[in-house]
Amino acid sequence: MSETVESVSALIIQKLLANPKVPRDIDGNCKIMDDLAFDSLAVMNFVMEVEDCMDVSVPLDKLADIRTINDLATCVVDLKNKG
Amino acid sequence: MTSLFSKFDGIASSLGALMEAGGRNPFSVVIEKPLSSTVGLIEGRETLLFGTNNYLGLSQSPRAIKAAQDAVAACGVGTTGSRIANGTQSLHRQLESRIANYFGRRDAMVFSTGYQANLGMISTLAGKDDYLILDADSHASIYDGSRLSPAQVIRFRHNDADDLHKRLKRLDGTPGAKLIVVEGIYSMTGNVAPIAEMAAVKRETGAYLLVDEAHSFGVMGEKGLGVAEAAGVEADVDFVVGTFSKSLGTVGGYCVSDHPELEFVRLNCRPYMFTASLPPEVIAATMAALEDMAEHPELRTQLMDNAARLHAGFHRIGLNASKQVSPVIAVTLEEIGQAITMWNRLLDLGVYVNLSLPPATPDSRPLLRCSVMATHTAAQIDKAIEIFQQAARDANALPSAA
Repeated sequence: MSETVESVSALIIQKLLANPKVPRDIDGNCKIMDDLAFDSLAVMNFVMEVEDCMDVSVPLDKLADIRTINDLATCVVDLKNKG
Repeated sequence: MTSLFSKFDGIASSLGALMEAGGRNPFSVVIEKPLSSTVGLIEGRETLLFGTNNYLGLSQSPRAIKAAQDAVAACGVGTTGSRIANGTQSLHRQLESRIANYFGRRDAMVFSTGYQANLGMISTLAGKDDYLILDADSHASIYDGSRLSPAQVIRFRHNDADDLHKRLKRLDGTPGAKLIVVEGIYSMTGNVAPIAEMAAVKRETGAYLLVDEAHSFGVMGEKGLGVAEAAGVEADVDFVVGTFSKSLGTVGGYCVSDHPELEFVRLNCRPYMFTASLPPEVIAATMAALEDMAEHPELRTQLMDNAARLHAGFHRIGLNASKQVSPVIAVTLEEIGQAITMWNRLLDLGVYVNLSLPPATPDSRPLLRCSVMATHTAAQIDKAIEIFQQAARDANALPSAA
């Protein structure tokens, strides 16, 4: 099974859109905290959902470098490939 | 040029809105004078204290007060030194030996605060290739300790042993030790850890287990050793971290363990090495309070009875209070505005509790966090419930049927 940044990014967007508070016109370049108004705790909780979906754990120190939806997707794909 | 302080603009406007809505700054309440363990003077009025974590009321223990006075007279007011240099007096060693004995453990390290105990143990134990596996609702001291550590940090869902198991399984085959960190009673919600299930995961996966019993020490278990004692899984806990600033009524933190390597942790643990040790009077008062705790197990029974009384009262008047009975009882409200109004009304009417706002709360809802004491009388608890009902009405925070 091989996930790509595009497919994971699409999955993240789909999960985000399930939250009615998230703007409808988001794309992979949206900044999770700035554009979606997530606080630090909300980001960590959202990442947990993505982790469950992708069966991967994203260490917290990696989160510090993640700004956009595509950054998160790239990180998840890297971790999957490493595993 | 960018202002150094522009990062505080958000908090400044939130605080402004908070004060405008309620008239007070909830983060700068002054207890002008404690009149007893349960009553303090706030804004010149006698106020019932339901938010001080002083579970056994021992901050006012006559034995601890006398011990502190004697220690000051004999040893002076401070050590002016760090534990590994000139700041260890025989009192520090005595306290370490007493706390280790009380837990039935080989050794203990005493830190200057509970915050530093978590910061120090977590950052020192978990090295570069290791993994820290934290409960998602962990205290700030645990998160800060994990930031100070070079280990990889992974969160699991709060109090969910299956999720912990799943996340540890994902790490199968990775080199490095795994350290699970959980709390006994969670400080914001009063949730009690399902520690027997956590211990079973630990056994199965070969991880280490650190339990922060800050809010459960003196509170749960026959001897008051916390949730691990209450659940009969003490042998599975590698490290117990705790604080003297809750049930023992003083200040300071500790870690007890059977691992002989604790001796080397002392020499690698920066929050232990690079700060001044506790002053003699605090050490003496803590030892005296520990004697009080050991000799008066009925304090724990009284505490749990009081917690059950407040918990039942909150549910009777229709408040959304914690599900489990523990000495920490959180009332969850739906709107921040309601919480601010209700907290201010409580203080106007003579009850002090803690106002907790997101993101310091586990979900996006605000909490009014109460802590119960063994020394509260039934009349004080009933009075508090009555005042909660009034304040909830004033804040429109009761279900319409109530």
